[in-house]
Order: sequence, then C-alpha cells, then structure tokens
Amino acid sequence: MATTALVDPDTGLTQAQLAARHGLRVAGERPSLVEYSRRLWAYRHFIAAYANAKLVASYSNAKLGQLWQVLTPLTNAAVYYLIFGVVLAQNSIPNFIAYLTTGLFIFNFTQSAVLAGTQSISSNLGLIRALHFPRASLPLSTTITQFQQLLASMVVLVGIVLVTGEPLTWEWLLLVPALLLQAVFNAGVVLLVARLGAKSSDLKQVMPFIMRTWMYGSGVLYSVSLFDRLPGWATTVVQYNPLLVYIELARYSLLEEAPLLNESLTQLWLVGAGWALVAGIGGFIYFWRGEQEYGRG
Amino acid sequence: MVDHFDAPTEASATMTRTQERIPTVVVDDAHIIYRVHQGAAGGTTPVAALRRLVKRTHAPNVREVHAVKGISFTAYRGEAIGLIGSNGSGKSTILRAIAGLLPVNRGAIHTQGQPSLLGVNAALLNDLSGERNVVLGCLAMGMHPDDVAKQAAGIIDFSGINERGDFASLPMRTYSSGMAARLRFSIAAAKKHDVLLIDEALATGDKGFRRRSEQRVRELREGAGTVFLVSHQLSSVRDTCERTIWLESGVIRMDGPTDEVIRAYEAYANSK
Repeated sequence: MATTALVDPDTGLTQAQLAARHGLRVAGERPSLVEYSRRLWAYRHFIAAYANAKLVASYSNAKLGQLWQVLTPLTNAAVYYLIFGVVLAQNSIPNFIAYLTTGLFIFNFTQSAVLAGTQSISSNLGLIRALHFPRASLPLSTTITQFQQLLASMVVLVGIVLVTGEPLTWEWLLLVPALLLQAVFNAGVVLLVARLGAKSSDLKQVMPFIMRTWMYGSGVLYSVSLFDRLPGWATTVVQYNPLLVYIELARYSLLEEAPLLNESLTQLWLVGAGWALVAGIGGFIYFWRGEQEYGRG
Repeated sequence: MVDHFDAPTEASATMTRTQERIPTVVVDDAHIIYRVHQGAAGGTTPVAALRRLVKRTHAPNVREVHAVKGISFTAYRGEAIGLIGSNGSGKSTILRAIAGLLPVNRGAIHTQGQPSLLGVNAALLNDLSGERNVVLGCLAMGMHPDDVAKQAAGIIDFSGINERGDFASLPMRTYSSGMAARLRFSIAAAKKHDVLLIDEALATGDKGFRRRSEQRVRELREGAGTVFLVSHQLSSVRDTCERTIWLESGVIRMDGPTDEVIRAYEAYANSK
C-alpha cells in the first residue's frame, strides 16, 4: 500500500459514523429469529456430523465399544425387574417385564437427553469460544445423539416385548409418530436446560433429583392405576405429565393389556402433540434469546 | 506502507491514505469487564444450589476485572495488525470481543462479516481421529460438505501431522501438543475469513510449519482480509505485520508502524 499523504475525507467522522458508513455490524449481535433459524438450517450438516461424532466418541474408550448402546438399557431393565418384578412382586400387571421396559426405555430417552443437554453448552466451551456457529447446533445434536441411542434400545425393546408373548400388530406402527413427538419435546427441553446449565453449572447437581422425581410421577416402575388413589387434582396433573403421556402412547401401541391412566386415546395424542409443540417452540425461542451469552465469562 | 501516525492513541482518526480504504473493524471506546467466579462459597449441597437457582442470585464471591479500559482504533482491509504487550494487558480479551465472544460493557465494536478467532486453545474432540476433526471443524466454520471433502486431504498435508506415520487416523488425544495446535491452525486457515484473529497460534510447530503458516497468513491478507496477530514473539509480529498496537493494562500505549512500536516496547520491557 503506497500512501501519498492525502487528507482523509472521512477524518471528521466519529468511529460510529465510520462504521455505519461502511455497513459494519456490531460484533456479537443476535440475529433475528428467522435469520437464526435460517443459519441453523445451513448448519444441518454440522449438527448431524457432530451428533455422529459424539456417539462414536462416547464409546471409543470402552472395550465393548458401541455394544454398550444395547447393554446399558438391558442391564438397567434387568436391575429394575429384579427389584420391582421379583422382590416387590407386582402381579397386578399382565406382562410386567414388557410394561416395565417400555416405560423405562421411553423415560430414559428424555432423561439422558436432558442430563446431556444440561452440559451441552458448558462442556463445549472450547468449541464455542473458538468458532462462530449457531449455538443451538450443540443441544440439537445432543438430542440427535440420544435419538440414535434410542433406536438401538428400541431394537432391544421390540425383542423383549415379542419374547414375552405380545402379538405383532399394526398398532406397533403408532410407536413411530409417538417417538417423533417425544423427540421434538426432548429437543425443546434440552434447549431450555442447555441455556440454564450454561449460566449456572449448579444445575448439573440438581438435575438428577428432578429427573428422579419426574420418573416416579410417570408411572415407569409400577402400575399407573396407583395414581387413581391420589386426590382428583393430582391425578389430573399426572395425566398431563408429558412423559407419562409418551410412555402410555408407547405402551398402547406395543402392549395388549397394559393398564393405562388416560382412557381416551385421542386425548393422549392431543396432549402429546401439544407438549411437543409448546416445548419445541418455547425451548427454541428461549435458547435463541440467550444466543450472545454462551461461552462468555 | 502506512507511515503517518500522529498521537498514538488516536492513530485511526488521523490516519492518512491514498484511496478510499475500507474499514473492517471499528473499535469505539470499548470497555470490557470480566466476572470471575472463585468457586462456590455458600455451600455446594444440592439444596444450597437449588436455593440460588430459585432466587436467581449469583454466588457471593464474584470478582470483577476491568480488562480493557477504553480502546479505540480502526482496522482496514488488507492490513495485518500485531497486538503486543505484557501478560494480562488485555490483548486476548480485545480479540475475543472483536470475535463477538465477549460483550463490551461500554462503547462498541463494529465488524464486517464474522471475524474468526484462531487460538491454540480451540479444542475439538480429542476422542476422534484427526481426519474426523478436520471434517467437523470445517463444518463448524460453515463450509459445505462437498468443499470439506475436497479440502480435507490438503488440510492434513498442510498441518504436517502425517510426516511421521499415519497420525491422521489416530485419535487427537494421542497427538503431541504441537501436532494438535498445528492441525487446529490448519483447519481454521482453510477457510477465507474477512477478519482473522490469531492468538499465539503461529508460535506453535517447528520451523517448517512456521514458515508455511506465515505464508498462509500472507495469502489470507491478500484475499482482502484483515489479520490480527497476538504474540509474545516479536519476530513473528515483525515478519507478518506492518502495523502494531501496543496495549498496557487495558489501554493503548502506542499504535503505529511495527518497527517504531516494537522499538519502544523493547525499550520499555528492558527498563522494567
């Protein structure tokens, strides 16, 4: 750059005027919701690749590798069956093993997504501080990783359900939309806890308690008919518990004689879809509003 | 070369020029205050944590550090600017603010496009192979999968991690720190950036890699970009930058041609 000492015509401008004149934008500004969604869509390849990478990486140090994807849910089911099926002998439920594992695997989908989601920002600070990308990519890829895990455990579940004598019917196909609704619900909740967890790492300590309470309120381990003994308003609350709804949808589609808390199937689907919508959209907007805060401090 | 700088702290306002120069980064009286958490004080039990969450209060011992105290300058297209100063003078902080990763508490920072920060701490996934990290890193920078496939081999060659056997297919945790830093630099340098912020990254690697990376920085500048370089190695600042800003305790001490600023800085550092 050779300079002949000409006087700059801009000299009179302040820094802000100079920036405005050349169309510069404020660093780290939050894009509009539409623009943010568009950018996120442009990063879909990254989201998918990152989800896959996480899945591979999580087992890379284990000798049995990705076999754990199937072994972990199986072991879990065996332990709970031992306690609730054999020791406490819940005979009131026909085909208790299938009832228990369905509830357990469906609940575990949300539980592991939420627990991983709480840390999806705080455990990736290196990446966040180094590169600029829509931060929602991280919680979303966490949800996808958990969905991939779910598919493996669904293979196990179908095996268990068939072996325990349930007939294969057309209703099984209803499991697909039920799981998709739950996945959208999970994505919303993961976005929510990702922002909360990014601000305060204390949430990581509290989350297991919340999930444990949620599990007991979702009729995973025992018959949902126990909830009928609660006062009326409490039963209503439990009836609208999203996880109970998704578990009942799965039990309805896979099992023939499982006790259900919600009598009306239409209501189950409506509540399930409603929760997916509310959580999905609400979680996304809530996460977007914090976009410029992630990775700071 | 730019050669007329008057009062150091107002260099950008009094800068001389030939034709219309296009600013890429305008920093206008920026103040940055850090909040540093010194660990939990009010008990670490879940109950205490829950209480803090509900009340939305912060842990009591949060300290504030005023890292940058009113900095103004303008960077133009095609410039390479070195940032020097003692440890803790606010060099890395101002880079992170330009990248949009830290908020300014007062003042403003305007940028053209999205500046990319390239630091040695840019962690990728240590459990994955170098090849997969290349793909992930490129996708994270917003590159299209087709372009990534085309460039992946070139990036690994540039980093030189395969010079001693096939390291690209091994997990990154098996790499030496120099190898990992080289790979990270190669990934970040694979994309054209409007504004590239380099934090100490050129110091990594052996002589051959340093020559290659300095060459790469020069190419990035010629591609109409602006490059900022934070370094304690004055030689690499001298080799790559024609303009240098000297920061000391969060304020600009001098802003001008590299030779002059470095001479003054060396005199200052030796007299301490």
